[in-house]
Amino acid sequence: MHILTELKEGLAIAFRAIRANKLRSVLTTLGIVIGIVSVTLMATGIEGIDRAFNKSAAAFGTDVMYVEKWPWISMDDWATMRNRPDMKIQYAAAIERQVPLIDAVAPVMTSFSRRRVSYGDRSTENVLITGTTSDYVQASGNSELEGRFFSPEESSGGRPVCVLGATIAENLFVRGDPIGKTIRVAGRPYTVLGVFEKQGGMFGEFTSDTRIYIPISAFQNQFGMHQYLTINVRVIDRSKAEDAKLEIEGVMRKARNLAPGKPNDFSINQQEILTEFFSKQTLIIAIIGMFITSLSLFVGGIGIMNIMFVSVTERTKEIGIRKAIGAKRRAILMQFLLESASLCLIGGLIGLLVAFPLSLIVDQVLPTSMPMSIVGIAILISLVVGIISGFLPAYRAAKMDPVEALRYE
Amino acid sequence: MNTIIEFKSIVKTYDMGGAEEVLALRGINLTIDRNEYVAIMGPSGSGKSTLMNIIGCLDTPTSGLYQFNGLNVSEMNDNELAKIRNKEIGFVFQTFNLLARSDSLHNVELPLIYAGVPAAERRRRAKETLGQVGLGDRTHHKPNELSGGQRQRVAVARALVTRPSIILADEPTGNLDSRTGEEIMMLFEELHRMGNTIILVTHEADIAEHAHRTVRLRDGMIESDEPVKKRKTYAAAKVS
Repeated sequence: MHILTELKEGLAIAFRAIRANKLRSVLTTLGIVIGIVSVTLMATGIEGIDRAFNKSAAAFGTDVMYVEKWPWISMDDWATMRNRPDMKIQYAAAIERQVPLIDAVAPVMTSFSRRRVSYGDRSTENVLITGTTSDYVQASGNSELEGRFFSPEESSGGRPVCVLGATIAENLFVRGDPIGKTIRVAGRPYTVLGVFEKQGGMFGEFTSDTRIYIPISAFQNQFGMHQYLTINVRVIDRSKAEDAKLEIEGVMRKARNLAPGKPNDFSINQQEILTEFFSKQTLIIAIIGMFITSLSLFVGGIGIMNIMFVSVTERTKEIGIRKAIGAKRRAILMQFLLESASLCLIGGLIGLLVAFPLSLIVDQVLPTSMPMSIVGIAILISLVVGIISGFLPAYRAAKMDPVEALRYE
Repeated sequence: MNTIIEFKSIVKTYDMGGAEEVLALRGINLTIDRNEYVAIMGPSGSGKSTLMNIIGCLDTPTSGLYQFNGLNVSEMNDNELAKIRNKEIGFVFQTFNLLARSDSLHNVELPLIYAGVPAAERRRRAKETLGQVGLGDRTHHKPNELSGGQRQRVAVARALVTRPSIILADEPTGNLDSRTGEEIMMLFEELHRMGNTIILVTHEADIAEHAHRTVRLRDGMIESDEPVKKRKTYAAAKVS
């Protein structure tokens, strides 16, 4: 009962004091406003980076494993991995035969160098050529395409057919339908069967957008056997991905004749590897960013503390009167804590109001939105800043000697 | 038990830094009973402010025993003293000491807020007390919209509203013209007649003559303590 009455009185005093010193309150609050705006925008930006990454990583498929010579992200010695033997197409068949948990397997061969592709008088340089089988669509989870992928017969027969990445199709065919047209890939003619939908994202190179897919036998015929080979393996059940991975590892070790105890001389890559690595990076960015922006909040807090000291000194007489009338230390402490907390809370709310339209501008550059959680966090932070920076001044007020405070003019 | 205030060899010294010490009170023995009307007099520097601060529980003695209503005040901590001030003592100051930003009603409600009285009852009691001092129609005026006499009446209402054991007035007419001062003194007389205990600290002899007993201080000691022989009264005193 007591504490509630005092709380209500404290709030009333706080708002009366803030209103009585409008300009001063506005200027003091500005520090908190700026602090909350920068923290909120930083959080929004980090959210944007996260989203962009997750969207990009989704292109790799959560249920696809990539068996290849190189790991995607490695902290190990590059020199020892360079000595790993190359991948062989036969491994794909072995995995398909021996691992029951998988849905589809496709060898994917990519040219080391970029090639020129042309249609009529239009051409595009720097294209990655990928040779694969008809199982590719099933094995990569990348099935969004216009037209069709090549059939098993076309695949095994090494027919001169191809499927284009979205960016390539845009470049070669400004107008008109690419399907059925014949393009030249590094000089040889291929008929377009389909076009993949645009994947976008930050891993441009690794998505289908800038690639051309041709049957693997046609690829080997044109570019030779010694190109970079990845075996895409798609598991049936994502929850059994770990088991599947162990089985694939076993098949691969057997195929390679690795003695027990020797390290793998191949890598099984997954989207998770990227996500894990990247979320570590974003966490570091988030921590550093949040630290820097919270410095401005800290400065704002110091401003509040400063003005609260002024406020306490100015109102020494009032404190004396209240004490003479029977206000306990707690009541005085609470009065000033409430004042600084209210100041900061108002600052925080204004900060959020300012940050919201700004986050829409950020959204133009980096697709994002203000995370809802940050609204709650910002309000909480401003309250905490208010209480921390108000504590010393409030404590000074609370322990004033009533006789001296009353004598103060 | 009729004794409200009992001082036994109260000493108060102020540390002025270094080895210097000022002896403000040098062993005061004083007893004040319920419904007394006492004036404490003395020239400046006599220790009467110090005495008032100790009686009012704003300060504690350096040594000696102070019993208030049988409670040993001299050993109380800050919060216990605050509670005594809130419930048992009503202060009236020379400079009124009202909260400038609050209206009369809120100023009078203030002690009840710290006593934790619920809002509705608080309002009722504050209004009633303002009516008692003749300001029933000034509840929503701020101090700067009131005359000096009216401000002091608000202060008296604030002192009365908790129904304290004593009313402690420090030069209550010091900032008022003589006519308004007389009005305030009439108010005190009426309050005394209604059974309140009043302690009046003043250096003006004619103000002190309203009291029933005068305690004179000099150099931190009681010089004299005697009943007022020729009391000023207002036969027709009537609180409006």
